[in-house]
Amino acid sequence: MPDTLTPIKTLSREAMAARLAADIPDGWYVNLGIGAPTLVANYVAADKEVIFHSENGLLGVGPKPDDEHIEPWLINAGKQYVTLLGGASTFDSADSFGIIRGGHLDLAVLGGYEVAENGDLANWSTGANDVGPAVGGAMDLGAGAKQVWVLMDHTTKSGQPKLVEKCSYPLTALGSVTRIYTNIAVIDVTPQGFVLREAAPGLTFEDIQARTGATLHRA
Amino acid sequence: MIDKFVPDLATALEGVKDGATIMMGGFGTVGQPTALVDQIADMGIKNLTIIANNAGAAFGGMTKLLQAGAIRKVVCSYPRSSNSTLFIDLYREGKIELDLTPQGTLAERIRAASAGIPAFFTPTAAGTQLGQGKETREINGRLCVLETALFADIALLEAWEADRWGNLTYKLSGRNFNPIMAGAAKLTIVQTQHKRELGEIAPDAIMTPGIFVNRVVHVPYGDPTL
Repeated sequence: MPDTLTPIKTLSREAMAARLAADIPDGWYVNLGIGAPTLVANYVAADKEVIFHSENGLLGVGPKPDDEHIEPWLINAGKQYVTLLGGASTFDSADSFGIIRGGHLDLAVLGGYEVAENGDLANWSTGANDVGPAVGGAMDLGAGAKQVWVLMDHTTKSGQPKLVEKCSYPLTALGSVTRIYTNIAVIDVTPQGFVLREAAPGLTFEDIQARTGATLHRA
Repeated sequence: MIDKFVPDLATALEGVKDGATIMMGGFGTVGQPTALVDQIADMGIKNLTIIANNAGAAFGGMTKLLQAGAIRKVVCSYPRSSNSTLFIDLYREGKIELDLTPQGTLAERIRAASAGIPAFFTPTAAGTQLGQGKETREINGRLCVLETALFADIALLEAWEADRWGNLTYKLSGRNFNPIMAGAAKLTIVQTQHKRELGEIAPDAIMTPGIFVNRVVHVPYGDPTL
Protein backbone atom coordinates (compact mmCIF):
# COMPACT_ATOMS: atom_id res chain seq x y z
CA MET A 1 0.00 0.00 0.00
CA PRO A 2 2.51 2.66 1.00
CA ASP A 3 4.18 2.71 -2.44
CA THR A 4 0.86 3.62 -4.09
CA LEU A 5 0.60 6.82 -2.05
CA THR A 6 1.03 10.16 -3.80
CA PRO A 7 4.56 11.51 -3.24
CA ILE A 8 4.66 14.27 -0.66
CA LYS A 9 7.16 16.97 0.17
CA THR A 10 9.29 15.87 3.13
CA LEU A 11 11.68 17.73 5.42
CA SER A 12 15.45 17.51 4.85
CA ARG A 13 17.61 15.97 7.58
CA GLU A 14 18.77 19.45 8.52
CA ALA A 15 15.18 20.68 8.83
CA MET A 16 14.29 17.64 10.98
CA ALA A 17 17.27 18.31 13.23
CA ALA A 18 16.34 21.99 13.51
CA ARG A 19 12.74 21.11 14.38
CA LEU A 20 13.92 18.82 17.18
CA ALA A 21 16.49 21.34 18.44
CA ALA A 22 13.74 23.96 18.85
CA ASP A 23 12.06 21.74 21.47
CA ILE A 24 15.12 21.20 23.71
CA PRO A 25 14.69 23.37 26.82
CA ASP A 26 17.41 25.69 28.08
CA GLY A 27 19.69 23.97 30.58
CA TRP A 28 19.18 20.36 29.49
CA TYR A 29 21.98 17.78 29.42
CA VAL A 30 21.72 15.93 26.10
CA ASN A 31 23.43 13.02 24.33
CA LEU A 32 23.25 12.98 20.53
CA GLY A 33 23.55 9.60 18.83
CA ILE A 34 25.82 8.94 15.87
CA GLY A 35 24.57 10.05 12.42
CA ALA A 36 21.65 12.44 11.85
CA PRO A 37 21.15 13.19 15.59
CA THR A 38 24.61 14.83 15.60
CA LEU A 39 23.17 17.57 13.35
CA VAL A 40 20.91 18.73 16.20
CA ALA A 41 23.83 20.54 17.88
CA ASN A 42 24.04 22.94 14.90
CA TYR A 43 20.50 24.21 15.44
CA VAL A 44 20.25 24.98 19.17
CA ALA A 45 19.40 28.69 19.51
CA ALA A 46 22.22 30.91 20.78
CA ASP A 47 20.18 32.11 23.76
CA LYS A 48 19.87 28.54 25.14
CA GLU A 49 22.57 26.74 27.10
CA VAL A 50 22.30 23.04 26.22
CA ILE A 51 25.14 20.81 27.44
CA PHE A 52 26.12 17.95 25.15
CA HIS A 53 27.49 14.66 26.49
CA SER A 54 29.51 12.12 24.53
CA GLU A 55 29.80 8.46 25.57
CA ASN A 56 33.59 8.39 25.42
CA GLY A 57 33.75 10.72 28.42
CA LEU A 58 32.92 14.32 27.53
CA LEU A 59 30.43 16.83 28.94
CA GLY A 60 30.24 20.28 27.36
CA VAL A 61 31.04 19.35 23.77
CA GLY A 62 31.34 22.40 21.48
CA PRO A 63 31.30 22.80 17.71
CA LYS A 64 33.50 20.98 15.22
CA PRO A 65 36.96 22.63 15.02
CA ASP A 66 38.25 24.17 11.80
CA ASP A 67 41.25 22.38 10.26
CA GLU A 68 43.84 24.65 11.96
CA HIS A 69 42.44 24.04 15.45
CA ILE A 70 42.13 20.25 15.61
CA GLU A 71 43.09 18.73 18.98
CA PRO A 72 44.14 15.14 18.12
CA TRP A 73 43.32 13.92 21.65
CA LEU A 74 39.73 15.09 21.49
CA ILE A 75 37.14 13.06 19.60
CA ASN A 76 33.47 12.31 20.20
CA ALA A 77 31.74 8.91 20.25
CA GLY A 78 31.33 9.13 16.46
CA LYS A 79 35.16 9.40 16.29
CA GLN A 80 35.02 12.93 14.89
CA TYR A 81 37.20 15.79 16.13
CA VAL A 82 35.31 18.13 18.45
CA THR A 83 35.96 21.08 20.75
CA LEU A 84 35.12 21.58 24.43
CA LEU A 85 33.35 24.66 25.79
CA GLY A 86 34.58 26.55 28.85
CA GLY A 87 33.17 24.60 31.79
CA ALA A 88 33.45 21.26 30.00
CA SER A 89 34.77 18.16 31.77
CA THR A 90 36.32 14.85 30.74
CA PHE A 91 35.98 11.52 32.59
CA ASP A 92 36.30 7.77 32.16
CA SER A 93 33.87 5.36 30.49
CA ALA A 94 32.40 4.07 33.78
CA ASP A 95 31.54 7.62 34.93
CA SER A 96 30.25 8.41 31.45
CA PHE A 97 27.83 5.49 31.54
CA GLY A 98 27.01 6.24 35.17
CA ILE A 99 25.71 9.57 33.83
CA ILE A 100 23.65 7.67 31.25
CA ARG A 101 22.46 4.67 33.28
CA GLY A 102 21.96 6.70 36.45
CA GLY A 103 19.24 8.80 34.82
CA HIS A 104 21.24 12.05 34.90
CA LEU A 105 20.83 12.88 31.21
CA ASP A 106 17.68 14.84 30.40
CA LEU A 107 17.59 13.59 26.83
CA ALA A 108 19.09 11.13 24.38
CA VAL A 109 18.45 11.73 20.69
CA LEU A 110 18.82 8.48 18.77
CA GLY A 111 18.36 7.26 15.22
CA GLY A 112 15.92 4.42 14.62
CA TYR A 113 15.01 1.53 12.32
CA GLU A 114 11.62 1.13 13.99
CA VAL A 115 9.64 2.55 16.92
CA ALA A 116 6.60 0.69 18.25
CA GLU A 117 3.48 2.36 19.62
CA ASN A 118 4.46 1.26 23.15
CA GLY A 119 7.81 3.09 22.85
CA ASP A 120 9.96 0.04 22.04
CA LEU A 121 13.00 1.05 19.97
CA ALA A 122 14.90 -1.00 17.38
CA ASN A 123 18.02 0.78 16.13
CA TRP A 124 21.09 -1.46 16.49
CA SER A 125 20.58 -4.48 14.25
CA THR A 126 18.60 -5.40 11.17
CA GLY A 127 18.53 -9.02 12.26
CA ALA A 128 20.13 -12.17 10.90
CA ASN A 129 21.29 -10.58 7.63
CA ASP A 130 23.05 -7.67 9.32
CA VAL A 131 26.61 -7.10 8.06
CA GLY A 132 27.88 -7.48 11.59
CA PRO A 133 26.31 -6.52 14.85
CA ALA A 134 27.43 -3.38 16.68
CA VAL A 135 25.57 -1.83 19.59
CA GLY A 136 27.84 0.81 21.13
CA GLY A 137 26.02 2.78 23.82
CA ALA A 138 22.54 2.61 22.26
CA MET A 139 21.05 0.14 24.78
CA ASP A 140 22.42 2.07 27.77
CA LEU A 141 21.09 5.37 26.37
CA GLY A 142 17.73 3.80 25.57
CA ALA A 143 17.39 2.43 29.10
CA GLY A 144 18.94 5.29 31.02
CA ALA A 145 18.10 8.77 29.68
CA LYS A 146 15.07 10.56 31.20
CA GLN A 147 13.70 11.22 27.71
CA VAL A 148 14.48 9.35 24.49
CA TRP A 149 13.60 11.18 21.29
CA VAL A 150 14.09 9.42 17.97
CA LEU A 151 15.09 11.32 14.82
CA MET A 152 14.40 9.25 11.70
CA ASP A 153 12.59 9.16 8.36
CA HIS A 154 8.92 8.31 8.68
CA THR A 155 9.20 5.38 6.23
CA THR A 156 11.95 3.27 4.68
CA LYS A 157 13.28 4.10 1.21
CA SER A 158 10.77 1.61 -0.22
CA GLY A 159 7.92 3.29 1.66
CA GLN A 160 7.45 0.83 4.53
CA PRO A 161 6.37 2.46 7.80
CA LYS A 162 9.00 2.75 10.54
CA LEU A 163 6.39 3.63 13.18
CA VAL A 164 4.77 0.26 13.84
CA GLU A 165 2.54 -1.69 16.22
CA LYS A 166 5.41 -4.01 17.12
CA CYS A 167 9.07 -3.88 16.09
CA SER A 168 10.23 -6.62 13.71
CA TYR A 169 13.95 -5.88 14.19
CA PRO A 170 15.85 -6.80 17.38
CA LEU A 171 15.02 -4.39 20.20
CA THR A 172 17.40 -1.81 21.64
CA ALA A 173 15.27 -0.80 24.63
CA LEU A 174 11.75 -1.48 25.87
CA GLY A 175 9.11 1.24 26.08
CA SER A 176 11.62 4.06 26.31
CA VAL A 177 10.88 6.35 23.34
CA THR A 178 8.81 9.39 24.32
CA ARG A 179 8.79 11.38 21.05
CA ILE A 180 9.62 10.89 17.37
CA TYR A 181 10.71 13.58 14.91
CA THR A 182 10.38 12.40 11.31
CA ASN A 183 10.62 14.01 7.89
CA ILE A 184 6.82 14.51 7.91
CA ALA A 185 5.69 14.78 11.53
CA VAL A 186 6.33 15.16 15.25
CA ILE A 187 4.69 12.32 17.17
CA ASP A 188 4.42 11.68 20.90
CA VAL A 189 4.50 8.15 22.28
CA THR A 190 1.87 8.02 25.01
CA PRO A 191 0.14 5.28 27.05
CA GLN A 192 -2.62 5.58 24.40
CA GLY A 193 -0.11 5.04 21.53
CA PHE A 194 1.13 7.42 18.79
CA VAL A 195 -0.28 10.95 19.07
CA LEU A 196 0.29 13.43 16.23
CA ARG A 197 1.63 16.67 17.65
CA GLU A 198 2.51 18.33 14.40
CA ALA A 199 2.39 17.55 10.67
CA ALA A 200 5.00 19.02 8.33
CA PRO A 201 3.79 22.07 6.35
CA GLY A 202 1.07 21.19 3.83
CA LEU A 203 0.35 17.71 5.26
CA THR A 204 -2.83 16.46 6.92
CA PHE A 205 -3.51 13.99 9.71
CA GLU A 206 -4.63 11.53 7.01
CA ASP A 207 -1.34 11.93 5.10
CA ILE A 208 0.60 10.99 8.24
CA GLN A 209 -1.74 8.12 9.23
CA ALA A 210 -1.44 6.63 5.73
CA ARG A 211 2.33 6.38 6.21
CA THR A 212 2.22 5.07 9.79
CA GLY A 213 2.04 1.35 10.59
CA ALA A 214 -0.10 1.76 13.72
CA THR A 215 -3.11 3.81 14.79
CA LEU A 216 -2.38 7.51 15.00
CA HIS A 217 -4.32 9.54 17.54
CA ARG A 218 -5.21 13.22 17.33
CA ALA A 219 -3.70 15.47 19.97
CA MET B 1 62.71 1.08 45.87
CA ILE B 2 59.79 0.82 43.50
CA ASP B 3 60.45 1.49 39.84
CA LYS B 4 57.74 0.23 37.53
CA PHE B 5 59.45 1.61 34.44
CA VAL B 6 60.88 -1.03 32.12
CA PRO B 7 63.38 -0.25 29.34
CA ASP B 8 61.46 -1.46 26.30
CA LEU B 9 58.28 -3.02 24.91
CA ALA B 10 59.68 -6.56 24.94
CA THR B 11 60.43 -6.33 28.69
CA ALA B 12 57.03 -4.75 29.32
CA LEU B 13 55.31 -7.77 27.79
CA GLU B 14 57.47 -10.51 29.30
CA GLY B 15 55.35 -13.49 30.34
CA VAL B 16 52.37 -12.77 28.07
CA LYS B 17 51.36 -16.16 26.70
CA ASP B 18 49.17 -17.91 24.13
CA GLY B 19 45.52 -18.08 25.17
CA ALA B 20 45.69 -14.96 27.36
CA THR B 21 42.71 -12.67 27.94
CA ILE B 22 43.89 -9.13 27.24
CA MET B 23 42.11 -5.82 27.88
CA MET B 24 42.99 -2.84 25.71
CA GLY B 25 42.14 0.76 26.57
CA GLY B 26 41.17 3.31 23.95
CA PHE B 27 38.14 4.74 22.22
CA GLY B 28 38.74 4.92 18.50
CA THR B 29 42.48 5.50 18.16
CA VAL B 30 42.64 7.94 21.10
CA GLY B 31 44.16 6.40 24.22
CA GLN B 32 44.96 3.09 22.52
CA PRO B 33 48.16 1.30 23.66
CA THR B 34 49.04 0.57 20.04
CA ALA B 35 52.80 0.07 20.55
CA LEU B 36 52.15 -2.63 23.17
CA VAL B 37 49.50 -4.35 21.05
CA ASP B 38 51.67 -4.30 17.92
CA GLN B 39 54.52 -5.80 19.97
CA ILE B 40 52.23 -8.67 20.99
CA ALA B 41 51.45 -9.27 17.31
CA ASP B 42 55.22 -9.35 16.60
CA MET B 43 55.75 -11.86 19.42
CA GLY B 44 53.58 -14.36 17.51
CA ILE B 45 51.28 -15.10 20.45
CA LYS B 46 48.01 -16.76 19.40
CA ASN B 47 44.55 -17.76 20.58
CA LEU B 48 43.91 -14.50 22.42
CA THR B 49 40.69 -13.14 23.88
CA ILE B 50 40.61 -9.36 23.53
CA ILE B 51 38.41 -7.04 25.59
CA ALA B 52 38.15 -3.54 24.09
CA ASN B 53 35.48 -1.06 23.07
CA ASN B 54 36.26 -1.08 19.35
CA ALA B 55 37.49 -3.83 17.06
CA GLY B 56 37.09 -2.67 13.52
CA ALA B 57 39.57 0.03 12.54
CA ALA B 58 41.97 -0.07 9.56
CA PHE B 59 44.98 0.77 11.75
CA GLY B 60 45.90 1.06 15.40
CA GLY B 61 44.39 -0.94 18.23
CA MET B 62 44.04 -4.65 17.54
CA THR B 63 44.39 -4.37 13.74
CA LYS B 64 47.78 -6.10 13.56
CA LEU B 65 46.56 -8.89 15.86
CA LEU B 66 43.53 -9.44 13.61
CA GLN B 67 45.75 -9.50 10.52
CA ALA B 68 48.03 -12.04 12.21
CA GLY B 69 45.07 -14.30 13.06
CA ALA B 70 46.09 -14.10 16.72
CA ILE B 71 42.61 -13.47 18.14
CA ARG B 72 40.12 -16.21 19.02
CA LYS B 73 37.46 -14.02 20.60
CA VAL B 74 36.62 -10.35 21.02
CA VAL B 75 34.46 -8.84 23.76
CA CYS B 76 33.46 -5.35 22.59
CA SER B 77 30.57 -2.97 21.97
CA TYR B 78 31.37 -1.63 18.51
CA PRO B 79 33.23 -3.88 16.04
CA ARG B 80 32.44 -1.74 12.98
CA SER B 81 34.50 0.95 11.36
CA SER B 82 33.97 3.28 8.43
CA ASN B 83 37.51 2.57 7.19
CA SER B 84 37.76 -1.25 7.44
CA THR B 85 35.81 -4.50 7.22
CA LEU B 86 38.69 -6.58 8.65
CA PHE B 87 36.92 -7.70 11.82
CA ILE B 88 33.52 -8.17 10.17
CA ASP B 89 35.05 -10.33 7.41
CA LEU B 90 36.73 -12.63 9.97
CA TYR B 91 33.50 -12.76 11.98
CA ARG B 92 31.37 -13.67 8.96
CA GLU B 93 33.85 -16.36 7.96
CA GLY B 94 33.47 -17.84 11.46
CA LYS B 95 37.18 -17.28 12.21
CA ILE B 96 36.55 -15.13 15.26
CA GLU B 97 34.04 -15.23 18.08
CA LEU B 98 32.22 -12.06 19.17
CA ASP B 99 30.72 -11.33 22.58
CA LEU B 100 28.82 -8.12 21.79
CA THR B 101 28.28 -6.13 24.99
CA PRO B 102 26.52 -2.78 25.41
CA GLN B 103 29.15 -0.12 26.00
CA GLY B 104 27.97 0.90 29.47
CA THR B 105 27.66 -2.71 30.56
CA LEU B 106 31.16 -3.37 29.24
CA ALA B 107 32.51 -0.41 31.23
CA GLU B 108 30.68 -1.41 34.40
CA ARG B 109 31.68 -5.10 34.14
CA ILE B 110 35.31 -3.96 33.93
CA ARG B 111 34.91 -1.45 36.79
CA ALA B 112 33.23 -4.15 38.87
CA ALA B 113 36.17 -6.50 38.32
CA SER B 114 38.56 -3.77 39.42
CA ALA B 115 36.43 -2.92 42.47
CA GLY B 116 35.83 -6.50 43.70
CA ILE B 117 32.13 -6.63 42.80
CA PRO B 118 31.34 -10.09 41.39
CA ALA B 119 28.11 -9.13 39.59
CA PHE B 120 25.42 -6.46 39.33
CA PHE B 121 21.91 -5.97 37.93
CA THR B 122 21.25 -3.42 35.17
CA PRO B 123 18.21 -2.55 33.05
CA THR B 124 20.47 -2.15 29.99
CA ALA B 125 19.73 -4.93 27.45
CA ALA B 126 16.85 -6.37 29.52
CA GLY B 127 14.26 -7.86 27.16
CA THR B 128 16.62 -7.65 24.16
CA GLN B 129 18.69 -10.19 22.23
CA LEU B 130 21.80 -9.18 24.19
CA GLY B 131 20.04 -9.96 27.47
CA GLN B 132 18.98 -13.45 26.38
CA GLY B 133 20.10 -16.32 28.59
CA LYS B 134 20.97 -13.99 31.45
CA GLU B 135 19.40 -14.17 34.88
CA THR B 136 16.73 -11.48 35.24
CA ARG B 137 15.02 -9.83 38.17
CA GLU B 138 12.45 -7.07 38.48
CA ILE B 139 13.88 -4.38 40.74
CA ASN B 140 11.79 -1.29 41.64
CA GLY B 141 9.42 -2.20 38.83
CA ARG B 142 12.08 -2.48 36.13
CA LEU B 143 13.32 -5.63 34.45
CA CYS B 144 17.08 -6.03 34.97
CA VAL B 145 19.71 -8.54 33.81
CA LEU B 146 22.53 -9.91 35.90
CA GLU B 147 25.96 -9.01 34.53
CA THR B 148 29.18 -10.45 35.90
CA ALA B 149 32.54 -8.79 36.51
CA LEU B 150 34.90 -8.98 33.52
CA PHE B 151 38.47 -9.93 34.44
CA ALA B 152 41.57 -10.26 32.28
CA ASP B 153 45.05 -11.70 32.56
CA ILE B 154 46.62 -8.58 31.11
CA ALA B 155 45.45 -4.95 30.80
CA LEU B 156 47.23 -2.73 28.27
CA LEU B 157 46.77 1.02 28.76
CA GLU B 158 47.96 4.25 27.29
CA ALA B 159 48.67 7.14 29.66
CA TRP B 160 49.64 10.75 29.02
CA GLU B 161 51.99 10.91 32.05
CA ALA B 162 53.40 8.30 34.42
CA ASP B 163 55.87 8.27 37.32
CA ARG B 164 57.91 5.34 38.63
CA TRP B 165 55.22 4.38 41.16
CA GLY B 166 52.81 3.92 38.24
CA ASN B 167 50.66 6.97 38.96
CA LEU B 168 48.93 7.99 35.73
CA THR B 169 47.15 10.83 33.97
CA TYR B 170 45.32 10.76 30.65
CA LYS B 171 44.75 13.47 28.07
CA LEU B 172 41.23 14.64 27.11
CA SER B 173 39.27 11.84 25.44
CA GLY B 174 42.28 9.52 25.88
CA ARG B 175 41.00 8.53 29.33
CA ASN B 176 37.95 6.39 28.32
CA PHE B 177 38.40 2.73 29.35
CA ASN B 178 42.03 3.08 30.55
CA PRO B 179 41.51 3.88 34.28
CA ILE B 180 38.88 1.17 34.81
CA MET B 181 40.95 -1.51 33.10
CA ALA B 182 43.82 -0.77 35.47
CA GLY B 183 42.94 -3.07 38.34
CA ALA B 184 40.73 -5.48 36.37
CA ALA B 185 43.68 -7.62 35.28
CA LYS B 186 46.34 -9.67 37.01
CA LEU B 187 49.04 -7.68 35.22
CA THR B 188 48.56 -4.05 34.15
CA ILE B 189 51.04 -2.71 31.60
CA VAL B 190 51.09 0.95 30.57
CA GLN B 191 52.67 2.81 27.68
CA THR B 192 53.06 6.50 28.50
CA GLN B 193 53.71 9.58 26.38
CA HIS B 194 55.56 11.37 29.21
CA LYS B 195 57.78 10.18 32.06
CA ARG B 196 57.54 12.25 35.25
CA GLU B 197 59.49 12.36 38.51
CA LEU B 198 57.72 11.35 41.74
CA GLY B 199 55.79 14.36 43.02
CA GLU B 200 55.81 16.08 39.67
CA ILE B 201 52.19 15.09 39.06
CA ALA B 202 50.11 16.74 41.79
CA PRO B 203 48.34 14.16 44.01
CA ASP B 204 44.93 15.53 43.12
CA ALA B 205 45.75 15.42 39.40
CA ILE B 206 46.54 11.70 39.39
CA MET B 207 43.73 9.82 37.64
CA THR B 208 44.95 6.26 38.25
CA PRO B 209 46.84 5.62 41.52
CA GLY B 210 49.97 3.54 41.00
CA ILE B 211 48.69 0.63 43.09
CA PHE B 212 46.72 -0.56 40.04
CA VAL B 213 49.78 -0.55 37.74
CA ASN B 214 52.57 -3.14 37.39
CA ARG B 215 54.80 -2.03 34.49
CA VAL B 216 55.28 1.20 32.58
CA VAL B 217 57.13 1.76 29.32
CA HIS B 218 57.91 5.19 27.87
CA VAL B 219 56.57 5.41 24.29
CA PRO B 220 56.47 9.09 23.25
CA TYR B 221 54.99 8.44 19.81
CA GLY B 222 53.19 11.79 19.54
CA ASP B 223 49.57 12.38 18.58
CA PRO B 224 47.06 9.73 17.53
CA THR B 225 45.56 9.93 14.03
CA LEU B 226 41.98 9.07 13.16
